[in-house]
Amino acid sequence: MSTNGTSRRILLDPTSERRPAMRARVARLPSLRGKTVGLLDISKPRGDVFLDRLETLLHAHGVATLRFCKPTFTKPAPVDLRHEIATRCDAVIEALAD
Amino acid sequence: MSVEPSATAPSLPSGLVAFVKRECPTCTLVAPVLARLAREAELTVFSQDDPSFPPGTRIVDDESLEYSWHHGIETVPTLLRIRDGRIVGRAVGWHRGDWEALTGVGGLGPELPEWRPGCGSLSVDPDRQAELLVRFSGSRLHARRVELAELEDEHEAMFARGWSDGLPLVAPTEDRVLRMLEGTTRRPDSVVAVVPPDLIECSVEKVAINAVMAGCKPEYLPVVLAAVEAACTDQFNMHGVLATTMPVGPVIVVNGPIRRAIGMNPGMNVFGQGNRANLTIGRALQLVVRNVGGGRPGEVDRATHGNPGKIAFCFAEDEEGSPWTPLSADFGAAPGTNTVVLFTGEGPRAIVDQLSRDPESLSRSLSASLRTLHHAKLVMAFDCLLAIGPEHARVFRQAGWSKEKVVARLHELLQISGSELVRGAGGIAEGIPAHLAGSTLPKFRPGGLRLVHCGGAAGQFSMMIGGWVSGASGSEPVMKEIRP
Repeated sequence: MSTNGTSRRILLDPTSERRPAMRARVARLPSLRGKTVGLLDISKPRGDVFLDRLETLLHAHGVATLRFCKPTFTKPAPVDLRHEIATRCDAVIEALAD
Repeated sequence: MSVEPSATAPSLPSGLVAFVKRECPTCTLVAPVLARLAREAELTVFSQDDPSFPPGTRIVDDESLEYSWHHGIETVPTLLRIRDGRIVGRAVGWHRGDWEALTGVGGLGPELPEWRPGCGSLSVDPDRQAELLVRFSGSRLHARRVELAELEDEHEAMFARGWSDGLPLVAPTEDRVLRMLEGTTRRPDSVVAVVPPDLIECSVEKVAINAVMAGCKPEYLPVVLAAVEAACTDQFNMHGVLATTMPVGPVIVVNGPIRRAIGMNPGMNVFGQGNRANLTIGRALQLVVRNVGGGRPGEVDRATHGNPGKIAFCFAEDEEGSPWTPLSADFGAAPGTNTVVLFTGEGPRAIVDQLSRDPESLSRSLSASLRTLHHAKLVMAFDCLLAIGPEHARVFRQAGWSKEKVVARLHELLQISGSELVRGAGGIAEGIPAHLAGSTLPKFRPGGLRLVHCGGAAGQFSMMIGGWVSGASGSEPVMKEIRP
C-alpha cells in the first residue's frame, strides 16, 4: 500500500470522471392553446391506445399534435428523431412502458 | 517482472558498466577487480546501497535504483558492455572467464575463486516492488488520484464513493493497477469501447482499475477487455439490458485454451461460488458498466427483481468433455480461438431428468421445460442459452446425435398451437393476440436456442438461461476474440 515511499494512501478513480453539464430547463408553456405537442410512442404494447386517447383530448382543447415512434423501446431514441421532435414541437409527451 | 523497454530509461555510459551493492559478498569479493578495471579500462560503477563503494572506481549513486530498474538488472554484480547506449555484452555474478572475455583484460582477480554467484539486485527486492513500480511507471496512469484521509477506512471509503456493487472491493492502488496492466499488451490509454449508458470512452486503464477492484488477477484482464468490447456493441445493447425491468444481465461464456490457462471452472458448481476467475471476470464487467458507464440500479437500471448473476455471471464451457463443437463455433470462431460470447440472460434454472436414457425421451423432457421459459404462453420473444450437463450430453453422445440434430429436434418439439397460446386460453390473460389462434408458432426464433456444455460429472440435469427481447430490436449474442 505504500505510495511514493510515504504512508499516503492513494487510489485511482474507477469512474468516468465525468462532470455532467448543467442546463437550465426550458420555461414552462403558459398555455397549450395554439401549440404543437409531440406524442412519442416508444413501441411498447398499447402505447398507441394511450396516445390515441391523449390526442383526442388535446385536439378537443385546440392543441395540434404530431406523432412519433421509436424504432424499438429497447434502445435510446435516435439522435435524428430527438432533433426532429425538438425542432417541430413545443412540448412532448412520451408513452413510457406498457 | 518484465520491464518494458522505456524511452525514458536513463542512458548508460559507453564502455564497461557494473551494477553492485556493498551488502553483496560477491560484490565485495570483486571490488579489487573493479578497481583494476577502472584503471585499465573505461568502467562506470552503479552502486545501489553505498555511493562510496567500491573504492577506486568512478561511481554513480543509484540508491534510487532508477538505472537498475530501467535496465532490468536482476543480479549484482552485473557487468555490461555498452556501445552507443546499447547493451552489447553481459556477465552476471563473478566468473573469471566471462569477465575476461567481456573486458578484454586478462588475469583478473587471480586470488579469487573461479566462480561465485551474485545476489539479488535491490531493484527486484519483493519488498520494494510496489514502491518502485509506482515511482518509475506511475506516469503511465492518467486516472484521477483519490487520496484517502488519515482516519478514513479504506473499505468504507470505497463504499461511500459509490464504487461498489454491494460487496467489498480490492483497493485500486497505483501499484496494483500497474501490475494488472501487465496482463495485457495494450497501451493503458487506448480506448476499449464506448460504455453505455453514459457513452463514455473507456481506456484499458479504467478497465484495469475496475478489474483490480473486482479481485481479478492480471492474466484475467484480456478476458475482461473482450467482455467489455462485446457488451458495448450496438448488437448486444447494454443500455437496453440495463434499462429493462426484466431480471437479465450479461452472461459471459469463455471458450478456448485460456479457460484452463487462467484456471476457470467449466465443471462442478460451474454457476456457483468458489472459482476466482469465473466470479471476478464477471464482476469486473459489471463494475465497468457501473463506474465507467454510469449504469446503476435505481437509475438507468430499472430491473424489477434483478438476479444474483448481475453481480457476476461468467463461466467456461467444458470443451474437453463435450460431444460437440464449442459455443464459439456457432458464431464462426476457429477451433482453439480464445473467445467470449456474451448472452443476455436471467439466472439459470434447472431441468431435472434422471430417467431418460434415449435421446428422444431426453429431447421431449428438455422441450417440456423449455416451453415454460419466461412464460409457457409466450413464444418467439426470448432466446435461451441451454447448458447441457455432462450426464445429459452422454445420452446424446451415445446415440450419435450432433449438436445440430439436438437443436433441430428441440425446435420440432417446440412448435406450439396458437390456440394454446392466445390471450385467455387456459383461463390465463397473458398470451399472444387472438388472431394467431389458428397458427402454429415456434417457442424460439431460428438461432434463438444455443447449447453450451458444462457442469459436474454427476447429476442428470441441464440448466436453461432465459434471455431478453431477442434479435435486432433487443439484444443479440455477441462473440469477441480475446486478444493479449
